[in-house]
Amino acid sequence: MSAIMAATMSETTVISPETNEDVQAAVTAHEQIVVRGGGTKPALCAASHGATVLDTRRLTGIVEYDPGEFVFTARAGAPLREIADALAAHGQYLPFDPPLVEQGATLGGTIAAGMSGSGRHRYGGVRDFLIGVRFVDGQGRLVRGGGKVVKNAAGFDLPKLLVGSIGRLGVIVEASFKVFPQPPHYATLRAPQPSLDAAFAAITRLNGSTFDIEALDLLIEAGAPVLYVRQGGLATTLDERQQSLRTWLGGGDPLHEADEAGFWAAARAFAWAPADWSLVKTPITLHTIPVLEQILQANGAQRRYLASGALVWIAWPGDLVPLDDYLTQLQLGGLVLRGETQWPFVGARTGASLAARVKRVLDPTTRFPIL
Amino acid sequence: METSGLIRELERRFPPDRLLQRPAQTAPYESDALTAFRARPAAVMLAETQEEVIQVVRLCHRYAVPFVARGSGTSLSGGSLPVEDGIVIALNRLNRILRLDPAQRIAVVEPGVINLDVSRAAASYGLYYAPDPSSQLICTIGGNVAFNSGGAHCLKYGMTANHVLGLKAVLPDGEVVQLGGESLESVGPDLTGFFVGSEGLFGVALEITLRLLPKPERYRTVLAAYASLAGAGDAVAQVVASGLLPGAMEIMDALAIEAAEAAVHAGYPRDAAALLIVELEGERVQVEAEFAHLLRVIEGSGPKTVTVAKDDADRARIWKGRKSAFSAVGRLSPDYLVQDGVVPRSRLGEALATIERLSLTHNLRVANVFHAGDGNLHPLILFNGRMAGELERAEALAGEIIQMCIALGGSVTGEHGIGMEKRQHMPAMFTATDLEVMAELRRALDPGEISNRGKMFPDGEALALGSHGVHPLERQGVISRE
Repeated sequence: MSAIMAATMSETTVISPETNEDVQAAVTAHEQIVVRGGGTKPALCAASHGATVLDTRRLTGIVEYDPGEFVFTARAGAPLREIADALAAHGQYLPFDPPLVEQGATLGGTIAAGMSGSGRHRYGGVRDFLIGVRFVDGQGRLVRGGGKVVKNAAGFDLPKLLVGSIGRLGVIVEASFKVFPQPPHYATLRAPQPSLDAAFAAITRLNGSTFDIEALDLLIEAGAPVLYVRQGGLATTLDERQQSLRTWLGGGDPLHEADEAGFWAAARAFAWAPADWSLVKTPITLHTIPVLEQILQANGAQRRYLASGALVWIAWPGDLVPLDDYLTQLQLGGLVLRGETQWPFVGARTGASLAARVKRVLDPTTRFPIL
Repeated sequence: METSGLIRELERRFPPDRLLQRPAQTAPYESDALTAFRARPAAVMLAETQEEVIQVVRLCHRYAVPFVARGSGTSLSGGSLPVEDGIVIALNRLNRILRLDPAQRIAVVEPGVINLDVSRAAASYGLYYAPDPSSQLICTIGGNVAFNSGGAHCLKYGMTANHVLGLKAVLPDGEVVQLGGESLESVGPDLTGFFVGSEGLFGVALEITLRLLPKPERYRTVLAAYASLAGAGDAVAQVVASGLLPGAMEIMDALAIEAAEAAVHAGYPRDAAALLIVELEGERVQVEAEFAHLLRVIEGSGPKTVTVAKDDADRARIWKGRKSAFSAVGRLSPDYLVQDGVVPRSRLGEALATIERLSLTHNLRVANVFHAGDGNLHPLILFNGRMAGELERAEALAGEIIQMCIALGGSVTGEHGIGMEKRQHMPAMFTATDLEVMAELRRALDPGEISNRGKMFPDGEALALGSHGVHPLERQGVISRE
């Protein structure tokens, strides 16, 4: 236990384990634990009265990275920034485009919160790239699932179970990911739409088209819908590809090369969302957008639709109860990343009874908050 | 276990032509594509509706009788082997595509829908379902979900788990759950992903929401022949390292080439020790530019010959040879064992050289036809079960290949699953604690362990491996033991 740093901040104890054994010891030594990484999603790691915060940031470092293998293993507290840099040095990247990189998000927190960004449009989310995980469950057991090779069907898929588990099934201590070569160049087309219907139709057409698109976001700018379509690939072909996309869409203006990367970096940072508003991740489908859009507009919420309408980030002003009601009516469920709430889920939820059964196995004494 | 009570209940509910009990009726269900295992169920229930599946599962739970859900029985790991005196729930008749939404690019299907039928239904919208197991002409989505099936085109877009967005399932104790939904994203633990690949131990998927992908504008397929298997393996590492992201990368060795040629006349060069198929897919302009790059990488890897598919027909021929290779090798030998181990891609050349050496030491032929880009090996160990000691030698060889995969930091299975076949290797991959947690999770869903009992876990009741299984091709008269 000597390696565990303990600090008392008002009434909350923070422990910062350095090894897996430290984590195991810490878990068995404390009755109520809240896991925190970089703290970039504060609603998911707010400590209730008397709970101990387990800070993962000393579980750091890339454990294994063979660029030729396109696979890496890192400890949970490793900042995404460090990982992205290591990958970029070899022309590789995390294709699920995790948010909050510059804000200090950790690898473990990204998995636990199930965070994927605009770039998830092309190849999938964090769940699709996580291939192995080690975690300490609520009984202090160090458990491994998956492995370190890109394809592996042995045993239950514990890595996927941990995606979105928000630190309530166990403490993720290490994770392995497969990665891809990063497109050497990008170009983004900004295509304002005359109406929401038109935007909807354009997304539908794009979904059935053969364009290879890295990201497809729908923004509401000054009350009007605007599509941002990102393409990636070889510099020699990108102009031609963007031109044919532009023709096919019937318009749009390329973002200036100097602004292109910054535009997506700002998306990753939630720069558009007022810092003191709640921020809610809400999975949706394309068909939900029209009715949801009315509600969000009427309530003065800011929002950004990702991945051709698979996900909306909602910046919500004030009390979350009305949003909870709206989402429940629409049979949608959201996860509160920032904002005042006792319970991070809003709206409808599927699979709660199965989640509860899993929780009873991994955390029978509810050391971690209920799930 | 009260089998007779359960059977009486089932007889009251289902007509005799859908509740098969006579040995002649149940015989086709006694094994799957891993014919070395065989077990006689008490009855086979041919379900026609989801409600019937739920009813049978609940009855099995009440009478504590084990059941095995089954699609087309193509499992190569014995995953759909019946439990002796248990119930088989046959799902082939639940074969409706309930919804296909091209705007959202999803399909909602029942578990008995054939894999390829999803792509066929989606084709008119320019969409397809990506995971393509070699058995995709007959294997079902339900089985794909249970075993997280892969295929040749999993390199870029992943396996079944990466294409299942939501599920309705009946858990082994009869509770019906809805997991995930129609969105690509979810909140809370990814229970859909957790269910996929659970090898039937978590119950039966009744409705599956699949993600569809737009058909690529352009494919470019190249066939490179090498003088050695390790040479082809090293070429794969070079393509991977080059920064290209092919849709598929496959290797076949001399024996597999010979078999595929004899079977479907794919036009493969016959004098090669190994053949590498690499396919790029995507937007035409991009693919053409990448293809030039790919050809440079391939040329630099020391191939004997390089052939480029001229048109769609050429491409189809290349893939027909590859996809028929498994059954084609069956023509070369009365029996074979298929392995499914995974090694890191940068170690492929080394792994293949080891397999060649093991083949010589054990004096058994091994054919290799596999997903090289994923490092997913499929050595087919050829033997004749009627020759004394050959089965044992084949098993010993298979065991050594599996140990090699583990030693190289890989996995015992990439896409076929643990099933019956690889249960004893689980402790080599996972610690006792890992396995204990998995077993507890299983019991949390299935306290009586009635759903696909005996699979995946090493302590499942032992069944003797025998060579009494007649090869399916032999049964069909395609091959004979002369």
